[in-house]
Amino acid sequence: MKIRTLGRHVREGAKNLGRNGWMTFASVSAVSITLLILGVFLILALNVNHIAQTVEKQVEIRVFLDVLADKTIATQVQDQIEANPKVDTVTFISKEEGLEQLKKRFGQNAKLLEGLEDDNPLPDTLVVKAKVPSETASIAKEVKGLEHVEDVSYGEGTVEKLFTATAAIRNVGIIFIVGLAFTAMFLIANTIRLTIMARRREIEIMKLVGATNWFIRWPFFVEGLLMGSIGALIPIVILTGGYYYLVDKVNTSMTVVFFSLLPMNPLSYQVALILISIGAFIGIWGSMISVRRFLRV
Amino acid sequence: MIEMFDVWKTYANGTNALKGVSVKIDKGEFVYVVGPSGAGKSTFIKLMYREEKPTKGQIFLGGFNISKIKERQIPIVRRSIGVVFQDFKLLPTLTVYENVAFAMEVIETPTKLIKPRVMDVLGLVKLKHKAKMLPNELSGGEQQRVALARALVNNPGIIIADEPTGNLDPDTSWEIMKLFDEINNNGTTVVMATHNREIVNSMRRRVIAIEGGEIVRDELRGEYGYED
Repeated sequence: MKIRTLGRHVREGAKNLGRNGWMTFASVSAVSITLLILGVFLILALNVNHIAQTVEKQVEIRVFLDVLADKTIATQVQDQIEANPKVDTVTFISKEEGLEQLKKRFGQNAKLLEGLEDDNPLPDTLVVKAKVPSETASIAKEVKGLEHVEDVSYGEGTVEKLFTATAAIRNVGIIFIVGLAFTAMFLIANTIRLTIMARRREIEIMKLVGATNWFIRWPFFVEGLLMGSIGALIPIVILTGGYYYLVDKVNTSMTVVFFSLLPMNPLSYQVALILISIGAFIGIWGSMISVRRFLRV
Repeated sequence: MIEMFDVWKTYANGTNALKGVSVKIDKGEFVYVVGPSGAGKSTFIKLMYREEKPTKGQIFLGGFNISKIKERQIPIVRRSIGVVFQDFKLLPTLTVYENVAFAMEVIETPTKLIKPRVMDVLGLVKLKHKAKMLPNELSGGEQQRVALARALVNNPGIIIADEPTGNLDPDTSWEIMKLFDEINNNGTTVVMATHNREIVNSMRRRVIAIEGGEIVRDELRGEYGYED
């Protein structure tokens, strides 16, 4: 294709948006509204996932060593656990440190613990974190079999329930997003089809005077691309603005909340990129499918 | 220029529109295609510009076997044909000038050649002064002249017209016919399906009559021959 022809197609595609003003408006609105809904759910799903991850990361295994264990044995056990490829970090907490932590947790009632320093009943503890949180249970089992390990504790039962819940939330989120994306695609493609139906005479005439099929397609391609991208820009602006406001509210003033929203910076770019790609893709796809029907003369 | 050998056309619904038509139209001829409604005239015309494909038989047009050509070659064939319809088929959002220029743009004519050629053809159909108007601001006859200008602008060797005067009053019809005559005098082959008895009878050109999907009459200086 010659550069001049490409220029003509781009010009023509852009001009057609104006010429078919109302149809353009209808298509762009359809893209905007569906992508807005999709965007809201996308942000929601990403944040729910983020919160689930935060919660999962708090899961850890506490390994209590037996009373005979001294510092050397503790290091040996720590090395053994670290050798496990599923394990991320192992931290050693001596019984003295353990008592300090306990005191802190008691706060004003720490006096109750006075006198325990001389005869510390707490065991030395190793805190193990899994690389993948859902592996926690199996790591705990393996660790429990090691020598000098008195007991392990990782919130058995509760943790399993937590993982089932977060997995369910993720799956529902994915199904929802995919379903919504498909609905959006068909809705938008349909609207674009209507706008092209109104122009089958134009296509018919182009064919009659000997335009090649690709020559006919290109302006529609450009038009679809523009409609999809413009349609995506509107929800991107709304969502970024809205999210900025929300992050500001939640992450600064509501510090008591145990979770935080995903930061503005990567999220808004990611969502913008996703929406604009979907918009452009369905714009092009919708108009190509529709033109194809009229090209079969 | 155009040759058909034993051409049959059966539509998907089972209608036998043409049953073994053979005909030869030479370069520079002016041919009327007449016959009752539903006799196969339109099919005959549509086969020539490859809107329809024959079920059986061969059609040659300007060096192409258009019953055999591939889909992507159709545009090439169409560029050697100008087509005019009863309902003009103008684009309502484009001006007269743009409607004609459109036909040159879509076959990728260099921009600087378009304007002089469009103005030339608009001069030929006497519509230069209305170049900036939209089709709905014109009369039926004027709209048909724009359509004719569009058909002519790429210098086709053949003009195919399907009832070009069907929507026009007698006076306007004559104006259009005079233009077709002029075009034919310049060497362009004209094939025209028509119901206009008066015009066919007074112009005295070759007449091909189609009835029931067959050519029943082919006379060099023919008459319309029907009483409708």
